[in-house]
Amino acid sequence: MIPHTAPSALTVSAMTRRFDVSAPWLNRVIERKPRLFVRAVDDVSFEVPKGGCLSLVGESGCGKSTVARLVTGLYAPSEGSIAFAPGADGRPLSVQMIFQDPYASLNPRWRVFDIIAEPLRELKLRETEAEIADRVAELLKTVGLTASDGRKFPHEFSGGQRQRISIARALASEPDFLVCDEPTSALDVSVQAQILNLMRRLQDEMGLTYLFISHDMSVVRHMSDQIAVMYLGRIVEQAPTEVLFAHPRHPYTQLLLETIPNVTAPRRDREPQAGEVPSPLKPPSGCTFHPRCPQADSRCSAERPEMTAMPDGSRVACHRVEEMLARMA
Amino acid sequence: MTEQPTLDVRNLRVEFPGRHGTVTALDDVSLTIRPGEILGVVGESGAGKSMTGLAVQRLLEPPGHIAGGEVWLNGRRIDQLPEPQMEKIRGREIGAIFQDPLTSLNPLFSVGRQLVETIRLHSDLSKPAARARAVDLLAEVGIPAPAERVDHFPHQFSGGMRQRVVIALALAARPRLVIADEPTTALDVSIQAQITALLRKLCKDHGTAVMLVTHDMGVIAETADRVAVMYAGRLVEIGPVAEVVARPSHPYTRGLMGSIPTLGARVPRLAQIDGAMPRLDAIPTGCAFNPRCPLVQDRCRRDRPDLRPMGAGLAACWIDPAAAATETAA
Repeated sequence: MIPHTAPSALTVSAMTRRFDVSAPWLNRVIERKPRLFVRAVDDVSFEVPKGGCLSLVGESGCGKSTVARLVTGLYAPSEGSIAFAPGADGRPLSVQMIFQDPYASLNPRWRVFDIIAEPLRELKLRETEAEIADRVAELLKTVGLTASDGRKFPHEFSGGQRQRISIARALASEPDFLVCDEPTSALDVSVQAQILNLMRRLQDEMGLTYLFISHDMSVVRHMSDQIAVMYLGRIVEQAPTEVLFAHPRHPYTQLLLETIPNVTAPRRDREPQAGEVPSPLKPPSGCTFHPRCPQADSRCSAERPEMTAMPDGSRVACHRVEEMLARMA
Repeated sequence: MTEQPTLDVRNLRVEFPGRHGTVTALDDVSLTIRPGEILGVVGESGAGKSMTGLAVQRLLEPPGHIAGGEVWLNGRRIDQLPEPQMEKIRGREIGAIFQDPLTSLNPLFSVGRQLVETIRLHSDLSKPAARARAVDLLAEVGIPAPAERVDHFPHQFSGGMRQRVVIALALAARPRLVIADEPTTALDVSIQAQITALLRKLCKDHGTAVMLVTHDMGVIAETADRVAVMYAGRLVEIGPVAEVVARPSHPYTRGLMGSIPTLGARVPRLAQIDGAMPRLDAIPTGCAFNPRCPLVQDRCRRDRPDLRPMGAGLAACWIDPAAAATETAA
């Protein structure tokens, strides 16, 4: 477990990303429709400590994958900043990404060797072909494949093995920071365990820092030191893993933890909470969770809650939690 | 037990003849589901769990076909019925719910029109009566303002609501058996809980038998009464869900349970089953799980084990679970 005092590898402050989802110009003119923007990520701030793992969790459409793409530079933020700490050579830490679907993220017409060698060639990390071949063989061994697998095509591998190839490709440029966007969602549970174990081992051996994106609370608990829960583009609660599971404070976090089917202690009589995630095009006023929240009052629909820091290291954006703290003080 | 099972599958075998020989997709699968019971069918991709559901409905893609065994529905053998009779059974006696609610609904018709069409196909209700029934069905599956929503199109519903419409469609003719293939996989967790609760309620209220096919052991543990675990086209374990989850008999089930990260405690390393499930055209001799099994013995590589009583259910393993437990502990 990484102490909170560790220097941060990545600092994201007040990051917002808007997407223009307006109707085409002609429709806007004829039908007098206004321009329309969706705030996929709205005023998000977090830090990832060096050698640690921060996970972003939330349901589909909450903006967690957009954060991953912003951090890797695939999108530019509309507002706010993203800063990587300087590495050993004084340049910012290098970042790589592992994608969700190992069937779509590998070129089916390339041999595995060329897929993994591409970053080496492109970034001129190795001089000669022999050095490249050595490095690819080493990478394949690191992720639990053999050097001879390099001659094969992606379709000859199972989903789990393909995800290993994606990891080898991401490691080729010796990154310090890996962004993993749902790396095990497309895999079967027994294979998921293999990949999660591999990622934990690589983190220990290479001192990698992870930003881990997932919708699966149990996977997140296994992987991370810190968890940030997102809802409609905003972080509603962020806490050290054990604190979040022991004391979920935001009603949405409580709802998420409540609804996960549990194998070890199944709850067959549960009455699920009604309601669904509203459209991010028309987010509710005030606290965006208020239409689904059992504790909501008039203040929640009028005023957006600010992040409140708790003594045990968690930060929560909820009026009820804030009021409780005020009463205690 | 004198009560007749709703579904009785006996030694079912499904084959796919191909250029490079015949592939056996399902081999010797036997299971029963009683009225009002939910049987969970669990396994990894390619284990044959969806194939079992499709074979029961006789919806196999050609050249796949049932090559052996029997399927009995409410005391009537259906695996050899001619296609026109089978068409009447689908929808009327067997309801189907598929994974992706968007592709199981026609985007060009309102949900009401699709419901009315299904209801009238399986009954002699008049159009207005069928429409009233459609509204009732939507209300039953928990869609707010059903009288209004009945005229909406699938794209106007959210994912969870769409899956409710699909469930309403499956229930339109009050089938005795519902086959739900990964009904919650495409949905978010908070919606998933709503849908499984709905399935459980409908099953209890109408005495419908449900075959719930999923890869998610958590969903099974919270929804099913009994669970059947599949591996490489065969059943490896079947029994009451609480027993199978707490005390799995087959080494594969044990590995599967160990590899699920739990919400309880954080472990440094998850138990993992090395390797992957064999391709169906390269199933090892003996027990199909033997190359990945931590307890493998010579006999496992030679002879194929059949299901035999073990714990509270049946498991297909040569190794005695009591002996295995001491071995693992040692």
